[in-house]
Amino acid sequence: MFLNQFLLLAAILFCIGVYGVLARKNGVLVLMSIELILNAVNINLVAFGAYWHVNDLANVSGQVFALFVIAVAAAEVGVGLALVLLIYRNRQSINIDDVDMLKG
Amino acid sequence: MLALLVAQNIAFYIIAALMVVGAIRVVTTKNVMHAALWLVLVLSGAAAQYILLAAEFVAITQVLVYLGAIIVLFLFGIMLTRAKTGNDDDLDNKKSAKFIGAGIGIALLGLMGYSLIDGFGDTEFGDLMVQRTAEVSDSIFSTYLLPFEVLSVLLLAALIGAIVIARRD
Repeated sequence: MFLNQFLLLAAILFCIGVYGVLARKNGVLVLMSIELILNAVNINLVAFGAYWHVNDLANVSGQVFALFVIAVAAAEVGVGLALVLLIYRNRQSINIDDVDMLKG
Repeated sequence: MLALLVAQNIAFYIIAALMVVGAIRVVTTKNVMHAALWLVLVLSGAAAQYILLAAEFVAITQVLVYLGAIIVLFLFGIMLTRAKTGNDDDLDNKKSAKFIGAGIGIALLGLMGYSLIDGFGDTEFGDLMVQRTAEVSDSIFSTYLLPFEVLSVLLLAALIGAIVIARRD
C-alpha cells in the first residue's frame, strides 16, 4: 500500500468538509462538516503514524495524536451543540446567517 | 504476502469509495436526519481504514467515541432544534455561495493533491506492524503525559461550559 492512498483520501474528505462548512446554513450541518474535516486530519495522523512505526517500533506518536484529536473533537461538539441549542432557544432558528448582530 | 497486499488494496478502495460517497451526501442531502446517518457511514469507514493501518486502539476509540457518543449528540441536537423530519429546502446558502464554496474546495483539493503526489509520490508502507495498545498506553503515560493531563482539564472545562451555556435560567 502507498502512503499516498490514505493522504489523498484524507485530502478529498477535508475538501468536502470545507465545502460543507461554506455551503451549509444549518448550524448542526456545519458542525457535521467540521467533524468530516477533523476525521480527515485523523486519517492523516494515523497513516503517518503507521508509516513511522515500521521504521521505529517504539514510535506510536501518530496514534497518540489521533486520540488527542478525537478527545478535542468530542469537547468541541459538546460545546458547539450547546451553542446551537442556545441560538435556537433565543431565535427559534439555527440558520447561522440569521446570527448577524455583530455586523455593522 | 502479495495476496494479502492485493486484498488490503481492494478493501481500501471499496471503503474509500463508500466514505467519499457518504461525505458528499452529508454535505448535499436535503434531510438533516439523513445527513447524520450518512456521517455514520463516513466515520465507520474511517474506523475500518484504521484497522487496515493496523492501528487497533484508535479504531476502537473511533467506534466508541464517534459512533457511540458524537452521533447520538448530533441526533439529540437535531431533535431538540425541531428540525423538519422530511426534506427541507432551507439548509443551504444561496447558489452563489455554494459555487464559491465548491470552487474553494476544488482549488484546495488540487493544491493538496499536487503537493501530496509531488512529496510522497511512491512512498510505500513496507510491512505494516500491529501498533499494540500497550505501546500506545506506554507512549501516552510517558512521553505525552503532560498533554494528556491538559486534555483532561480541557474536557472538564468543556463539560462545565456546555452545561452553563445550555441550561435555562
